[in-house]
Amino acid sequence: MEFLKLWLLDLKDVFVLCFVNDNRWEWLLEGFINSIIITVLAIIIGLFFGIVLATIRSSYDKNEETLKLRGGIGYVLLKFLNGVSKVYITVIRGIPVVVQLMIWYFVILVSQDSDIVVAVVAFGFNSAAYVAEIFRGGIMSIDNGQFEAGRSLGFNYVQTMIHIVIPQTIKATLPTLLNEVIALLKETSVAGYVGIMDLTKAGDLIRGRTFEAFMPLIAVAVIYLITVIVLTKVFSVIERRLRHNER
Amino acid sequence: MNDNIIQVKDLKKHYAGGGVKALDGVTVDIKRGEVVVIIGPSGSGKSTLLRSLNLLELPTAGQILFNDVNITDKKVNINIHRQKMGMVFQHFNLFANMNILKNMTIAPTSLLKKSKADAEKRALELLDRVGLKDRAGAYPSQLSGGQKQRVAIVRSLAMNPEVMLFDEPTSALDPEMVGEVLDVMKDLAKQGMTMIVVTHEMGFAKEVADRVIFMDEGIIAEEGTPDEIFNHPNTDRLKTFLSKVLI
Ligand SMILES: Nc1ncnc2c1ncn2[C@@H]1O[C@H](COP(=O)(O)OP(=O)(O)OP(=O)(O)O)[C@@H](O)[C@H]1O
Ligand SMILES: [Mg+2]
Repeated sequence: MEFLKLWLLDLKDVFVLCFVNDNRWEWLLEGFINSIIITVLAIIIGLFFGIVLATIRSSYDKNEETLKLRGGIGYVLLKFLNGVSKVYITVIRGIPVVVQLMIWYFVILVSQDSDIVVAVVAFGFNSAAYVAEIFRGGIMSIDNGQFEAGRSLGFNYVQTMIHIVIPQTIKATLPTLLNEVIALLKETSVAGYVGIMDLTKAGDLIRGRTFEAFMPLIAVAVIYLITVIVLTKVFSVIERRLRHNER
Repeated sequence: MNDNIIQVKDLKKHYAGGGVKALDGVTVDIKRGEVVVIIGPSGSGKSTLLRSLNLLELPTAGQILFNDVNITDKKVNINIHRQKMGMVFQHFNLFANMNILKNMTIAPTSLLKKSKADAEKRALELLDRVGLKDRAGAYPSQLSGGQKQRVAIVRSLAMNPEVMLFDEPTSALDPEMVGEVLDVMKDLAKQGMTMIVVTHEMGFAKEVADRVIFMDEGIIAEEGTPDEIFNHPNTDRLKTFLSKVLI
């Protein structure tokens, strides 16, 4: 009994040392907020740009023959954009995100003052490549009749994509997109490499100051875990709502 | 103004570098208010012809004039003309991400710039005409095949088309639902709509058609009034075809 009491007291001291002294819990909070900001903004860039890339790639794949027949500048332009998109996706997927982050930080955006902006750009454009491939598969899986019905009513290509194909693709790819969001959240843990105070970095700072490893790292781990669980829950609610609409 | 709404001149559609001649020189005029039924064996080019009329298929050679405008000309904006050509598909192709009302109002509001209220009022009138007013809030997956096809027809009508194209509108339906769709089409014909219908429903052709076109191997092998086609066929090809379908 005495032993347990001592151990608990000791635990309390470590807790106070790690989180209460010097208000160190604020570091965790700041780190958490930064991780979330980076993740949210990066996923917005990733979704937007990824959808554009996927649209280009699938448009080319689906309409190559028709476009060739029709000829003209449209075909040449799309062929070019498709080539650029393919190279982009290959390059991004071939390089570790932490290396990309450092390239953005130390080479491309050296004059950018806000480290967070650099991280958002790096993670966003990285994510776009993965979203593009998820989404391309999604677009190709939508029945072509949906597309033809849109065109036959008089919608142009882009309108048909926006009103009909992309909403259905988002719904179809939602579970896979969630995976991407979760992966992205965890990938942002390398932001410390360029001096950003994200959640992981915050835990690490506390460890450095207090020489206590267990408590801060467990705290960081638990916060990531809870965030992922909440995200999963939110997505499953959205999914259920969408499904409910159509069933 | 010419009383032909559509004029097709020596239309050709070749696939596989000329290996497959889906259309091998089709010339036909469609008069305003006329109901034309296209029959013929599988693979004879019926769908290809119909889908060429609104350029869902791009012809390899030949011309299509719609209201005296050569829509095969690359400079023509086909989207404008498609608004005036309704199309009904074998597999309905209702937009899966929208309820019935939205299916019917999306094109009139986005393309004809109708107000939401006007578009909805018109949509409900049309739904009422086909007995589906109470299903306006349902999603396509909640309807039977026959109901879906009736919605698909009035969705096209909501754009006030000048001609309606039907590609085997009853072929995907359970037998007991064929009648309800054909009744809607008969009504439409009575009201003077110009209709071009690919179908295997010979009864419909006999009853409603002003003219029947028999296609075989990418050409119009024979055409005439229902009486001429069904009771006095000239060519052996048509006789053989009729002997197979009219058992
Ligand atoms: N995308 C395509 N690529 C290659 N060949 C095609 C393509 N679409 C159609 N064809 C060919 O063109 C010919 C005409 O096809 P089409 O679909 O117009 O026939 P159909 O008369 O509508 O037949 P069905 O009664 O079976 O619908 C067929 O030989 C078909 O195999
Ligand atoms: Mg067909």
